[in-house]
Amino acid sequence: MSGHSTYVPKSDAGKWLEERLPIISLMHSAAVSMPNPRNLNYWWVFGGIAMFMLIVQIVTGIILAMHYTPHADMAFNSVEHIMRDVNWGWLLRYTHANGASMFFVAVYIHILRGMYYGSYKAPREVLWLLGMLIYLLMMATGFMGYVLPWGQMSFWGATVITNFFEVVPFIGDDIRTLLWGGFAVDNPTLNRFFSLHYLLPFVILGVVVLHIWALHVPGSNNPLGIEPKTKQDTMSFHPYFTMKDLYAIVLFAIILFYFVFFNPNFMGHPDNYIPANSLVTPAHIVPEWYYLPFYAIVRAIPDKALGVAGMFGAILIMFVVPWLDTSKVRSAKFRPAYRIFFWIFVVNGLLLGYLGQVNTTDDFLGIHGVTNLIISRIGTIYYFGFFVVILPVLGLIEKTKPLPNSISEAVLGVEGAAEEAAELAAAEAKA
Amino acid sequence: MNNLKQNITSIVQKTAIALLVVTSVSGSALAAGGSIEGAPEPAHIDWSWAGVFGTFDRAQLQRGYQVYKEVCANCHAMDLVKFRNLSEPGGPEFSEAAVKALAAEYEIEDGPDAEGEMFMRPREPKDAMPAPFDNNNAAAASNGGALPPDLSLIAKARGHFSFKDMFMGRDGLTGGSNYIYNLLMGYEEDVPEYILAHDEHTNKLGKEADPDFTEEHFELGDSSFNNFYEGYKIAMSQPLDDDSVEYTDGTAATLAQQAEDVSSFLIWAAEPKMEIRKSIGIKVLLYLIILAGLMYAVKRRIWENVRH
Repeated sequence: MSGHSTYVPKSDAGKWLEERLPIISLMHSAAVSMPNPRNLNYWWVFGGIAMFMLIVQIVTGIILAMHYTPHADMAFNSVEHIMRDVNWGWLLRYTHANGASMFFVAVYIHILRGMYYGSYKAPREVLWLLGMLIYLLMMATGFMGYVLPWGQMSFWGATVITNFFEVVPFIGDDIRTLLWGGFAVDNPTLNRFFSLHYLLPFVILGVVVLHIWALHVPGSNNPLGIEPKTKQDTMSFHPYFTMKDLYAIVLFAIILFYFVFFNPNFMGHPDNYIPANSLVTPAHIVPEWYYLPFYAIVRAIPDKALGVAGMFGAILIMFVVPWLDTSKVRSAKFRPAYRIFFWIFVVNGLLLGYLGQVNTTDDFLGIHGVTNLIISRIGTIYYFGFFVVILPVLGLIEKTKPLPNSISEAVLGVEGAAEEAAELAAAEAKA
Repeated sequence: MNNLKQNITSIVQKTAIALLVVTSVSGSALAAGGSIEGAPEPAHIDWSWAGVFGTFDRAQLQRGYQVYKEVCANCHAMDLVKFRNLSEPGGPEFSEAAVKALAAEYEIEDGPDAEGEMFMRPREPKDAMPAPFDNNNAAAASNGGALPPDLSLIAKARGHFSFKDMFMGRDGLTGGSNYIYNLLMGYEEDVPEYILAHDEHTNKLGKEADPDFTEEHFELGDSSFNNFYEGYKIAMSQPLDDDSVEYTDGTAATLAQQAEDVSSFLIWAAEPKMEIRKSIGIKVLLYLIILAGLMYAVKRRIWENVRH
């Protein structure tokens, strides 16, 4: 990682290690001495929270795997064995299940923060791409994890999602057979999903390391979207931002554990407490909430192949956002029009999430003659329109507000920034 | 102009939040299902165990077990619950001696013994509740083709985990117990008036639109009528009535009393760790809230001398 480390080993052992593997100075530069823009607001804490959730998921998951049996005949009861007989098993499972949801909550806010403040723009495109890769891996991991309890929603969710791959030209059938390990969702499917569900989190962890590395080269973006120029624009990561992140993590943990202890099944589906049965199809097959906007898109498009392409396209289009957005200004703070379209995008995402779990033929919120399907289609058009029309065109025509000279001037005022600079210079001269 | 734009942004932001709330609430409302005009409203019981501090009423769970044992268990299995669970903390809390005696009322096949023979022995606390039938096919065959579902998790597999419950600080499990309670209370001997009226209305509309419209009438067939079962036709005939059991603790065994007792018992069967979950949860949340306060104080202290 890039060298802003001020770490100097003090002990002989520390010097010995530093000459052979400078891992301590690497971590020091990543989490202690890294200069961070001084004006980061609380929307910047969700990266740390997501990291915390990943660790929670890995730790609880490893212990759950010690008690879980990945076999079609035994998986359901082994989960109930965890809930009833394993010491603190209910706590592990409820934390893992709700933790997955809260991990997605943190990551969605993290992504939307990046979109609002233009964090994906040069020179942070690779940082964004790695983040999107993490998100894609999370989607796969979350989906396979939901299959493991082998309840009705596990089984039928797996059936619906794997059947999507059938539409891939030429090799669709083969991909599906490979996913299934046979000719239907069955024991081999469960086995490979379990194996991959254990593997992918560690792949995610690896990409997270790259994501942090890619963060350290250009440094964090900030609410003003202008680069730090002088020393008084930044502050060291530790203790200022470590403490702020820790505080935010504890607040987030309160929400997580509210669900774990007082409403642990809220984000689940009752049907998943019925063992999987290939002969009985549930009345409504609903995926986990974090897929619902994409599920709404697949249902909004009349042709199956196009629908599936639309669903995957909706995720993949996020990868190219840095090249779709033509605006030179990063932060929505200085982009009054973008700000409106951004918030419509957020509302539209929530709306699609709602539409993903209701009958397409029913009336939208009871409004006679307006079906959910029509609204889903409008929502889908806005979703793609935001990326392929609004982002490129708006950047060319929008009249942005003037940017401040520097972060410190914007935060402290011209005089304050000068004072701060003088103090820093004095401190340096002393040293 | 800037003001206008800010106003628009703020309106959009507020709409986003409002929509989030509306969609979630209406989502659960729709999930509950629309019912026919004139149909009775399902009851919402004030369960003793439902609040943040809620605990089971031991006597109620013991009565609920009695209803399960004497009525439900004739057709329904409960494979995931073991006799020893009946004496564990947070449940009916029968004495260990009582549980031993309850288990010993039933036999189980064990073996092979030293000679290689299978043999029957009395059940012990470690054994599961006895299943009334040898397998699902036998169970379905004895019940007119409809398989009586296992009751171990029925309370979590029915009803919905609703937003309203969340905001009321209730345990999300109340959807399941209310469902079971209403189902047990919802039987009618004859098809009620509101169904007939609904049929008549639909047929009239159909006739007006198309003279060749074939009239449709609600047919009960071999099923029983239930106000709260999806489609109103249920294969299970009314399982409980006043005095279906004679409570050992002297409580009057009205239908409502039995329905409430067995619903609570089934919640416990589905979620036997509920009491410990909540009692630890209160401590964990208090701990985290205090920790958050301390963290905030430390953060404030660190940032105190920073101009920002």
